[in-house]
Amino acid sequence: MIKTDPLKRILYIDLTKKKFWIEERPDLFEKFLGGTGVAIALLHENCPYDTDPLSPENPIIFAVGPLNGLFPIASKTVAMFKSPHTGNLGESHAGGRSAIAIRMAGYGAIVIKGKSERPCYISIHGDKVFFRDATTLWGLEQSAGKIIRNLEPGAGLRTIMRIGPGGEKLVSFACVTLETYRHFGRLGLGAVFGSKNLKAVLVSGKRDLSVTDFKEYKNLYDMLLKELSESEKMKKYHELGTPANVLPLSFSRGIPIKNLRTNELLGIENISGEVFAEKHLGRRVACSHCPVACIHLGSLRKPYEDEPYFYRTVYLSYDYELIYALGSMLGITSSEDILKLIEVVEDMGVDAISTGVVLAWITEAFEKGIISEKQTEGIIPEWGKLNAYVELVRKIVYGDSEFYKDIARGVEHASSKYGGKDFALTYGKNEMPGYHTGYGAHIGYLFGARHSHLDSAGYAIDKEAMTKHFTAEQIVEKILNEEQWRQILSSLVICFFGREIYTPEIVLKSLKLAGYELDESNLRKIAQDIYAEKYHFKIKSGFNFDSLNLPKRIFELPSSNGQLNEDFARRCIEILKIKIRDLL
Amino acid sequence: MPVFVKDSEKCVGCLICIFACGRAHQAVGLESSCIKVKSQGGISRGFSVWVCRGCEDPPCARACPEDALVVRKNGGVLLNESKCTGCGYCVKACVLDAIGWNSLTNKPVICIQCGECAKNCPYKVMEFKRK
Repeated sequence: MIKTDPLKRILYIDLTKKKFWIEERPDLFEKFLGGTGVAIALLHENCPYDTDPLSPENPIIFAVGPLNGLFPIASKTVAMFKSPHTGNLGESHAGGRSAIAIRMAGYGAIVIKGKSERPCYISIHGDKVFFRDATTLWGLEQSAGKIIRNLEPGAGLRTIMRIGPGGEKLVSFACVTLETYRHFGRLGLGAVFGSKNLKAVLVSGKRDLSVTDFKEYKNLYDMLLKELSESEKMKKYHELGTPANVLPLSFSRGIPIKNLRTNELLGIENISGEVFAEKHLGRRVACSHCPVACIHLGSLRKPYEDEPYFYRTVYLSYDYELIYALGSMLGITSSEDILKLIEVVEDMGVDAISTGVVLAWITEAFEKGIISEKQTEGIIPEWGKLNAYVELVRKIVYGDSEFYKDIARGVEHASSKYGGKDFALTYGKNEMPGYHTGYGAHIGYLFGARHSHLDSAGYAIDKEAMTKHFTAEQIVEKILNEEQWRQILSSLVICFFGREIYTPEIVLKSLKLAGYELDESNLRKIAQDIYAEKYHFKIKSGFNFDSLNLPKRIFELPSSNGQLNEDFARRCIEILKIKIRDLL
Repeated sequence: MPVFVKDSEKCVGCLICIFACGRAHQAVGLESSCIKVKSQGGISRGFSVWVCRGCEDPPCARACPEDALVVRKNGGVLLNESKCTGCGYCVKACVLDAIGWNSLTNKPVICIQCGECAKNCPYKVMEFKRK
């Protein structure tokens, strides 16, 4: 690490005392690089293992890495906290302007502790931190961001991370929204914000950084920019974006439909990436310092029902995961309806994936008579019917009844109270992502440190497995290797969409220019250490390997790799347990 | 006019041009850039790009009380740092807001008419024409 690099500076903010201070920790950034590596180390330091996730003691940690601000597509920030959704390790990644803003403000990490007496938002402008009153902003849906935008300086380069009513009401899967269209989506960071009376965090800054060899730096930068803009490897993110996966995954039966009750959805072609692009794509935007512009904004024109010739046009960002969770999973086959549901999910500030799986579980539970109209207060959930789902999303956030309070804690909690465990699609208490592709995906979610499809991209392993036979040992090996390598990318912090460009060789070259003299075996060791640190935190916080189970439902419906076999899955799980324990 | 904004509706707000401008000023980051990208009041409305037009009779040079900005032959200005006192009048004089400010040196960041912003733009929002 270069001596003058401000990366080593950690900004601590105490909301209770309205105090802030900076600590220099080159040791952490030398050992764990940055991003997820430093964030997990800071979580160990700042979060006692028995912390209640919604108590003032739960820290919110944001961390960036040495390549943010230096190289293109190093555009992500890692958030780490104890998750109110799972009661364990909370980790979520987001782009927008956040990573560049934090780096340019002169920090490698920000740690927010305590609880504000009144609703507040924090404004970080370089070395100055302001505690602003947010009493008037509390309870506002989308407009809080707009108001802060007009009040604060730093336009163009700043990030505004804010919560919606979901976070204020402590919905355990509430998200934090950045720059209107990006999110710390999963595992409930929004509720942690809400529990601290923290409406928003704004960060801005502007500075120059150092590299060890400017000429080399320019050469590598030019090469990377060209690759990221022109390479075939990036094409899928450039053009249709992630929704390009809808059709191929529906052909291979990998996209979950109606809570995984069926493989058939008549009209699924109407919610393909192609249809979204043709009918709705209004604009593409990018995170700071990323040429890819994978953020696809769909326009939705809505008439006012009570006023003729009055329309409003809103832009909503759509992705594969949203088309799955708020579309196919609910049997919705109209792209307009999906955008309408995305709109209410955005207004409420809840995680789209968890919300979709929750709605799917409610629908099936209702069909099976486990819950009734009495509990839903007259709302009748039905596959494909938008209006009931829109109402339900608002109820999950605003509903005062015991039932809605339970639902606001996710599928795991609701199904353990009301029944319906057999069709509860959760992994380590987190709702299922959009890939029923095979063992790689399901076991990846179950054992991923954050129970996300992005932990190890099991769907990619499954894709390979469609044409090649893998033993349980090989699948486990692939999952572990991928998840460990991703610890490096998310410590730098490179967006995973750039993973094929940032090979170990490129990572080492880039790190050298950032002042890190490492070789590949050093990297592999750091990756393993970070991964082990996460599992240490999980276990100390009560995570138990032996209570991990795959949802029964996944064995009932053929996947992209055919009918899944419980014995084979169990064998994978057993090997994984041993391998992970060996690492600790 | 070496760089002109062809179509800011195509701008995705990636800020690659700002980093390119920094590199053209021998720096890594955002402090030594003069090009600016601003959202049009929320990202859904898109972006606007603000870059030096290389005026032939540049108001920034006229505003400089120290004659630190020298008019170039083909438009634009050159900064004579030893004359610049950091008063900031040049920044105010530019209606395009195309002069940056380096708060460490307390001096303006002046476009060097190199076209790196346009050359690096992945979506060809800008065009570079050498006169």
